[in-house]
Amino acid sequence: MIPELGNFALVLALSLSLLLGVLPMLGVYRNNHLLMSLSRPLCAGIWVFMLVSFGCLAHAFLTDDFSVAYVARNSNTLLPEIYKFTAVWGGHEGSLLLWVLMVASWTYAVSLFSRNLPLDILARVLSVMGIISVSFLLFMLLTSNPFDRLMLNTPSEGTDLNPLLQDFGLIVHPPFLYMGYVGFSVAYSFAIAALLTGKLDGAWARWTRPWTNLAWAFLTIGIALGSWWAYYELGWGGWWFWDPTENVAFMPWLVGTALIHSLAVTEKRGVFKSWTVLLAIAAFSLSLLGTFIIRSGLITSVHAFAVDPERGMVLLTILLIVIGASLFLYALRAPVVKGTASYTITSREVFLLINNILLVVSTAGILLGTLYPLIHEAINGESNMVSVGPPYFNTIFLPLMALLTVFLTIGSIARWKNTSVDYLKNQLFKVAIASVVLGIIVPLAVTGEVNVAIMLAVALALWIVLGIARDIWEKTSNKVSRINGLKSLSLSYYGMQIAHLGMAVIILGICLTSHYSIERDVRLAPGESIEIGKYEFVFEGVTRQPGPNYEADAGEVSVLRNGEAYLTLYPEKRSYFATGSVQTEADIDVGFFRDLFAALGDPRADGAWVVRLHVKPFVFWIWLGAFLMAGGGVTAILDKRYRVRQQRTEHVESVSQAGDLPLPENA
Amino acid sequence: MLAHRQQKLAVVLFIVLGSALAVGLVLFALDEGINVFFTPTEVAEGAVPGNQNFRIGGMVKMGSVVKDGLEGAEVNFMATDFCNDVLVSYSGPLPDLFREGQGVVADGFIDDSGTFQANQILAKHDENYMSAEVKASLDAADGRDVEVCSQ
Repeated sequence: MIPELGNFALVLALSLSLLLGVLPMLGVYRNNHLLMSLSRPLCAGIWVFMLVSFGCLAHAFLTDDFSVAYVARNSNTLLPEIYKFTAVWGGHEGSLLLWVLMVASWTYAVSLFSRNLPLDILARVLSVMGIISVSFLLFMLLTSNPFDRLMLNTPSEGTDLNPLLQDFGLIVHPPFLYMGYVGFSVAYSFAIAALLTGKLDGAWARWTRPWTNLAWAFLTIGIALGSWWAYYELGWGGWWFWDPTENVAFMPWLVGTALIHSLAVTEKRGVFKSWTVLLAIAAFSLSLLGTFIIRSGLITSVHAFAVDPERGMVLLTILLIVIGASLFLYALRAPVVKGTASYTITSREVFLLINNILLVVSTAGILLGTLYPLIHEAINGESNMVSVGPPYFNTIFLPLMALLTVFLTIGSIARWKNTSVDYLKNQLFKVAIASVVLGIIVPLAVTGEVNVAIMLAVALALWIVLGIARDIWEKTSNKVSRINGLKSLSLSYYGMQIAHLGMAVIILGICLTSHYSIERDVRLAPGESIEIGKYEFVFEGVTRQPGPNYEADAGEVSVLRNGEAYLTLYPEKRSYFATGSVQTEADIDVGFFRDLFAALGDPRADGAWVVRLHVKPFVFWIWLGAFLMAGGGVTAILDKRYRVRQQRTEHVESVSQAGDLPLPENA
Repeated sequence: MLAHRQQKLAVVLFIVLGSALAVGLVLFALDEGINVFFTPTEVAEGAVPGNQNFRIGGMVKMGSVVKDGLEGAEVNFMATDFCNDVLVSYSGPLPDLFREGQGVVADGFIDDSGTFQANQILAKHDENYMSAEVKASLDAADGRDVEVCSQ
């Protein structure tokens, strides 16, 4: 009965979404206040019914209702309770339900927190989001309904959740990732609404910015969690593989990063308007493209659920409609909105333009590499497959990011409209010298060897960090005291600097861990040991140990540092009862400066095992940097200027409405 | 009006430079980053150019996995499309879903003795999922007549 309720709630949510997609928009063109103000209650209704539906599916999992086909495929009576709940989004249908629940949540949040948005704009935004809900609810109900029943032959036991997904990382990774993916639908809806009204001004950018920042922060965390999960759960200590799955999440992130920078320009200076809109469309389209590529099983990947061409076709249709319709609208309306404010070649506008070009170019390179196998296959036939490996992506991505970092510091110190070259020199000359000199000396002093890649990475990281320090020093120097100066800086400024600091931390983390990680695959008999750097790993042997729904070969690896007992790692090899599948559980000692990693491979003769052992310096910094970035994004949202009342926004609006009136300085 | 023209020029210039940079990098990167895929039969027919990294896909032949008596973490097995076999040698821990009679995709090169030296054995992550490479191998072998296969 309860699964039927869930299904019914889905249908109700679909009906309400349909109303949301049509009525408020109709109200806008009929100038009917009643229809426009219907949008808010409709959003609340959709959200409630999605929540009910999600709750029903969770209930089916928690009560082991295997008459629901999706539950039977993804759960088992032996599965621990917490994983029964997270199994709700462990497969295709359920994760789609989570996806739509998040669309509903974002829509509802927009309707709640946009009190000072003019009603006609809010109605348009929510209507667009309603249409997005409609398409995905239809997709779910027609091709992948999580409530489909196995009425005639209900299995007495479920197949079990894929052991890879029985893990804390899975509890948190998909929700964050989807929040990010789906969050870009808000920026997209705002962009479409702006195109419809033809009013693309500073106020529009200011409404869009917090939502975009928030979505971007979620996506940052989501990708970082995915990478962390790959690092310890896929078992082999890699944290980024340029796998299509990773790429399709990374591309919206890159375009989203470009978008939040370009939105800053549009808000402050009223230029790059149509470009900003295009980025908002691109960010959401890339999110959908990601969903399509992964769900259609087109590309060999970690997340390829069993292939179903019908689903792929429906998703492709949605994707083409979203991209086609929005680009059509864009082509019709974008020429109307033109930025007229002026800026010179050394203004912050130009540096942010460079940022945007570099980010978009790297996205295009990654997109090409990700789709290349498909294109190649389409041209040359099925048996002529190719795969594009990490060398391709590294060759494209790393130089562009190095260049981006160089401009990052200049751009964040440059001023709007016009920055004198002398000012830039004055601010950055010492910073540049110090970064280059320290970048060469520090690695040389620590390791005693010349390694250009490391020196470059350290210099670039210092360039960011010293640039931040220099800028804060400069900005606080005219105040009564430094502390006063620090207090007077805005939260959005701090947000920017925290996120940039995160970039420096990531650069260091990636470069140091890539160059100084030591990785050994060895066969060790009990009692044998191997020395890696200053650590000695002693393999103590493997014992059988029972778990709740599995039995494990539990290994014990003692680690000695400089000859003294240091710690013990317990990597496991688990055999799950339900499916008989085997899952490697690495054990990692996480440290600020280094991770120690041990994973069991396969057993060999005489109690020996193949063991993978890593010493990975600074790998923690990769995730630390990502969290700093996301923290920066959230800090910027808290800036009080996003919460000022209508009166103040109107004032700013009149200054930055460059689309209608030329700015004074342009005359 | 100079500023206005200047900024237009800047935008155009940056976009041109950006695209040029992109095209250059892509051409350079495509040259070294692409792995072509071959089926065991193509390998047996000598269709693979020497000294080149490539991918093979097929099934792990039943009873072909050899672990004991080899150096360190080494393991040998046969990848087959049920038409031809390729001897694959790999050193390191095998993916959890690696099993005899199951699909496998390996990345590596053919050494002088004709053995495929794998740098990487690609894991699949779902019992029911067959990677495109394995499927293509088996499909290609299916399409051939028995005489070619029994050579």
